[in-house]
Amino acid sequence: MSKKINITINGVVYEVDEGLTILEAAQSAGINIPTLCYHKDLCIAGNCRVCVVEIVGQKRLAASCATPCQENMEILTNTLNVRNSRKHIIELLLSEHNADCTKCYKNGNCELQELAAEYKIMSQDLIGLVPYKDYTIDMFSPSIIKDDSRCIRCQRCVRTCAELQGVNALTVAYKGDKMKIATFFENSMNDVVCTNCGQCVNHCPTGALIEKNYIEEVWEAISDPDKHVVIQTAPAVRVGLGEEMGFEPGERVTGKMVAALKNLGFDSVLDTDFTADLTIMEEGTELLTRLKKALVDKDKNVKLPMTTSCSPGWVKFIEHMFPEYLENVSTCKSPQQMFGALAKTYYAKARKLDPEKIVSVSVMPCTAKKFEASRPEMHDSGYRDVDIVLTTRELAIMIKQAGIDFRKLPDKKFDRLMGESSGAAVIFGATGGVMEAALRTAYELVTGREVPFEDLNIMPVRGMDGVREASVKIEKPLENWAFLDGVELKCAVAHGLVNAKKVMDAVKSKKADYHFIEIMACPGGCLGGGGQPIPTNPEIRAKRTQAIYAEDKNLPIRKSHENPEIIKIYKDFLGEPLGKKSHELLHTTYVGRNRY
Amino acid sequence: MAITYNLKRADFIFRNENDWEKILNRTLQRDKQELINELISSELKGRGGAGFPTGLKWKLANEAVSDEKYVICNADEGEPGTFKDREILTKVPFKVMSAMAICGYIIGAKKGFIYLRGEYKYLQPDLEKIIAEFEYYCKEINFDFTINIFMGSGAYICGEETALFESMEGKRGEPRNKPPFPTNSGYMGKPTVINNVETLAHTYTIFKHGSKKFYDLGVQFSRGTKLFSVSGDTPKPGIYELELGMSLQDFVDEFGDGDTKAVQVGGASGFLVPRKRFGETAIGFKGKLTGISLPTGGSMMLFNSSRSMFNVLDNYLEFFREESCGQCTPCRVGCQQLHIGIKAVKQGAKPASYLDKLLKLTETMQYTAKCGLGQSVANSFSSIVENFREEMIY
Repeated sequence: MSKKINITINGVVYEVDEGLTILEAAQSAGINIPTLCYHKDLCIAGNCRVCVVEIVGQKRLAASCATPCQENMEILTNTLNVRNSRKHIIELLLSEHNADCTKCYKNGNCELQELAAEYKIMSQDLIGLVPYKDYTIDMFSPSIIKDDSRCIRCQRCVRTCAELQGVNALTVAYKGDKMKIATFFENSMNDVVCTNCGQCVNHCPTGALIEKNYIEEVWEAISDPDKHVVIQTAPAVRVGLGEEMGFEPGERVTGKMVAALKNLGFDSVLDTDFTADLTIMEEGTELLTRLKKALVDKDKNVKLPMTTSCSPGWVKFIEHMFPEYLENVSTCKSPQQMFGALAKTYYAKARKLDPEKIVSVSVMPCTAKKFEASRPEMHDSGYRDVDIVLTTRELAIMIKQAGIDFRKLPDKKFDRLMGESSGAAVIFGATGGVMEAALRTAYELVTGREVPFEDLNIMPVRGMDGVREASVKIEKPLENWAFLDGVELKCAVAHGLVNAKKVMDAVKSKKADYHFIEIMACPGGCLGGGGQPIPTNPEIRAKRTQAIYAEDKNLPIRKSHENPEIIKIYKDFLGEPLGKKSHELLHTTYVGRNRY
Repeated sequence: MAITYNLKRADFIFRNENDWEKILNRTLQRDKQELINELISSELKGRGGAGFPTGLKWKLANEAVSDEKYVICNADEGEPGTFKDREILTKVPFKVMSAMAICGYIIGAKKGFIYLRGEYKYLQPDLEKIIAEFEYYCKEINFDFTINIFMGSGAYICGEETALFESMEGKRGEPRNKPPFPTNSGYMGKPTVINNVETLAHTYTIFKHGSKKFYDLGVQFSRGTKLFSVSGDTPKPGIYELELGMSLQDFVDEFGDGDTKAVQVGGASGFLVPRKRFGETAIGFKGKLTGISLPTGGSMMLFNSSRSMFNVLDNYLEFFREESCGQCTPCRVGCQQLHIGIKAVKQGAKPASYLDKLLKLTETMQYTAKCGLGQSVANSFSSIVENFREEMIY
C-alpha cells in the first residue's frame, strides 16, 4: 500500500495515493481535465500545456499531467485564469495547424477538434501561421501518410516510436518555429527505418499521421460486375470493430461483421483465421524440422531460435535492425499472405474462377499489412496475392458510408472454403496466441496427447508483460519424434518492438537459449494494432484480449490441426506441410535493410 | 517609492589574488554544515537570473541521498547582451574551479563539469590547461575532484538548467518537467548543483572573506555585488561589478550618453524600463525594497532616442522565435504570434487593439510555459508595448 495524502480539488478534499499526478487524481475523482500530449501508453511530456490547473499559492499554472500531488495541495481546475489559458493554448495550436477540418481524414475523430468545440473557439483572432510554414505531405509509404501541416507537435508519435517500438523512425528536428517531427534526413516514411506498424497513427491526436486509405478502391472493385471480390478478416478485427460502431470495448462482433461485409457487397466473406490455422501447420512443422536437424542431424547450419513471421512490422524491424538473424525467421508467410496466395489458386480453382478477375481484399488491425501486401515477394499466385488491405477503421468507415445499422444486424457465418477456423487461430490476435496455438498442435503432433494445460489454456504465455518465457517438457513422444524425449522446449513471447529488441539482444549476446520466439510488433499483439480503433490504451487492450480468449473458448474446434478445412486443403491441394506446393505458395524470403 | 542609493563599484570578482590554493585548502578543512550556513547567511542568490538562494540549493543537494552527485558550472552564457561569464573564465578561472570543488566537498560530488557555450570554444584550450593544473593541486592535497568541459552547440535554450542536462546526456536540449528539481534529480538523474559562473565566483568571495562582508553590501533581498554587462548607447560599454540595489537613474547617470530613452534590464528575456521609470526602479531581486528583478544575469542595454523600439522588439522576438526549443505550445507558437503580430499592426494589417490581444496572450505564456525561458520571453514584449505603444503602431 502506498502512502495516502490529502489534496483539495475545487474545494473538495480527496485522499489519494502519494505519487499520483494531479491529472490522475482529478480523473479518479471524476473531474475532466483536457489533454493532448498525454497518452496512457506513453511517458509524460508535459509540452502541450492544455491540461494546466491552478495550485493555490503558486504564481504559475501547473501542467496537471506532469505535476505530482503533494500533501494539502489546493488545486483549482476551472478558474478564469485556467479557462483563458487553455483557450489561448487551443487557439495557438489552431493557428499553427491546418484546420481545414472538412478535408481532413480525421474529421470527427480529432482531439484538437474536440477541444476546439468544447471551448467554443468560434473565431480565429490570432494570425494563421500555416502560410508561413514550409509544410510537406509524405504520401510515398503504402501504409502511412504524414501531413506536417496537421501536426501539433505533441510528440506522441515520437514517444510511441521510441518507447513502445524502439524504432525511432520519427524524431524531433529543428527548434523554435521550425521545430517539426521528422524522419532521418527528412526522407519519406517509405525510405527510412519505419516498420509501418502504425502505432504512431493510432497515437496521433490529429490528422498528422493517418493510414493510407484504400476505401474507394474497394468500392470500385465491389461495384465492378466483372470482379469477384473476396475479403478475409483478421482475428483482432472482430474484437475491435465494435468500438467504432458504438459498442463498449471488448464486445465480440464476429457475426455482425460478417453480415455487414455481405451487405457491403463482397462476393465471398472469408476468414484469415483459416490461414492462421494453416500457418500453425506449416510453422509448427518447420519448427519441428529445425529441431530435428539441430538435435538429430547435428546440422550446424540450422538456425535456432526460430521466430514467428506473422507480424509484418516485426519482419521489417528485424530486416532493419538484426539482418544477420533473417534466417532465424520462419519462412512462413503471414496468414494474410497465405490467404492471398491461396485465394488466387486453391480458391479460384475450387470455385472455377479466373484468378485474374479475383480482387483479394483483407481487413486487418494493422497498417504494416498494407506494406506487406505490396512487397515484391508476395506474388506467388502469379498475381499480386493480396490486392487491397483495409484497416479496422477503414472498414468501419465503409460500413457507416453504406448506411448499415450495424447494431441491428443479425449474426452471419463466414462463407465456406477458407472460412472455417479453430480457436487456436482466433488467439493469433493476442500476444502469446501464436505460441499457444503452435504448442497446442506441435505438442499433440509429437506426443499424441493434448498439451498438459487445463482446458488447453497455456496460461504462462498469456498476459501483458512485455517479454514472457515458458518452457514445455516433451515426455514420451511418439516413435517418429523419439529424439525429442526429455527435451525442454524453451519459448519466449514479446510484444511491442521495444521488447522484441530486448529479446533479440539477449539472443545475440547468447544470454538466452530459446527454441521458439513469438514476436508481435504491436503492444498486446494484433488487437492493439496500428489499424485498430482510436483510442487504444492499456485498459482497452485488456478488454479486447478478454474477448479474444472468450471467442477461442466458445469455438468447437480449438486446435489448428483439427480444422476440417485444413485437413481438406492438405488432402486436396497442398499435400503435406512444408511440401512442394506449400513452398511455392506459403513460404517467402526476407531482405536485409539498413538501420536508418 | 523613494530610493536613495548611490552607485557603488566593487572589486571582488576580478581581483586577482593568486591565493586560491590557500583558500581552497583552508575551506576544505572546514565543517560542511558550517560552510552551508555561511552561504545561507550571505543571502547570495543565483546570478544566472532566477535568483534562487545558493545556500539553500547546496543544502538540498547535500541532503539528497545518492552514490553519485555532480557540480555543474553553467557557462552557456547565451542571453543577448551578457558577456560577463566569459571574462570570469578568462581572468579568474581558479576561483570558479575552487568554488566547484568546495561545492563538491559539501554535497559529496567528485565530478564537476563546465558547460561551455558553443561560441566560447576558443576558451577551451586554455581552460583545459588550467583544469589540469587545478586537478593536479587537488591530487596534491588528496582531494578527489575532477572537472570536465562539456561544449554546448549554440542553442540558447541549453542555458536552462534541465535542458542543459538533457544536452549533456546526449539528448535534444529541451527543458524537463519540474519537479523533480536538479538538487534531487539533475544530470543523469542524480542530485546536481548547477550554478552560473558568476554565482560560483561569489561563493569563493564569501568563503574567502566571510559572509558578513558580502551581506553588508547591497540591500535587503538583494545582497552583495553583481557583474553588469553594459552595452548599447553608452560611452563606456563593458563589465562592471556594482552593488545591488542601485536605482536605475544612478546607473543611467553613470553609463548613459545623456539621451537615454530606455534601458533593457536583463537581456532579451528581461524588461525594458522607460526614462520616466528610471527613478523608481531599483536593480536587484524582487522584494519589498526593489522594483525589478534581474531575469537574466545582469545585461544592461541602453537605448537613446535614435532607436526605434519597434526594431528593438522585432529583433528580440525574432531571436526567441528561433531560439525557443519548440516543445511547448505557449512558447513555440506564442513567440511566432507576437513576432508576426507586431509586424501586422505596424503594417496596418491588424488594428492597434490587436496589441491588447497579444498582451493577454503574453499573460498566458507567463502562466503556462514549461520553463523559465518560456515564462519570460514575453517580458520584453509586454514592457515595450506598454511603454512605447505609439512606436508599435506608427
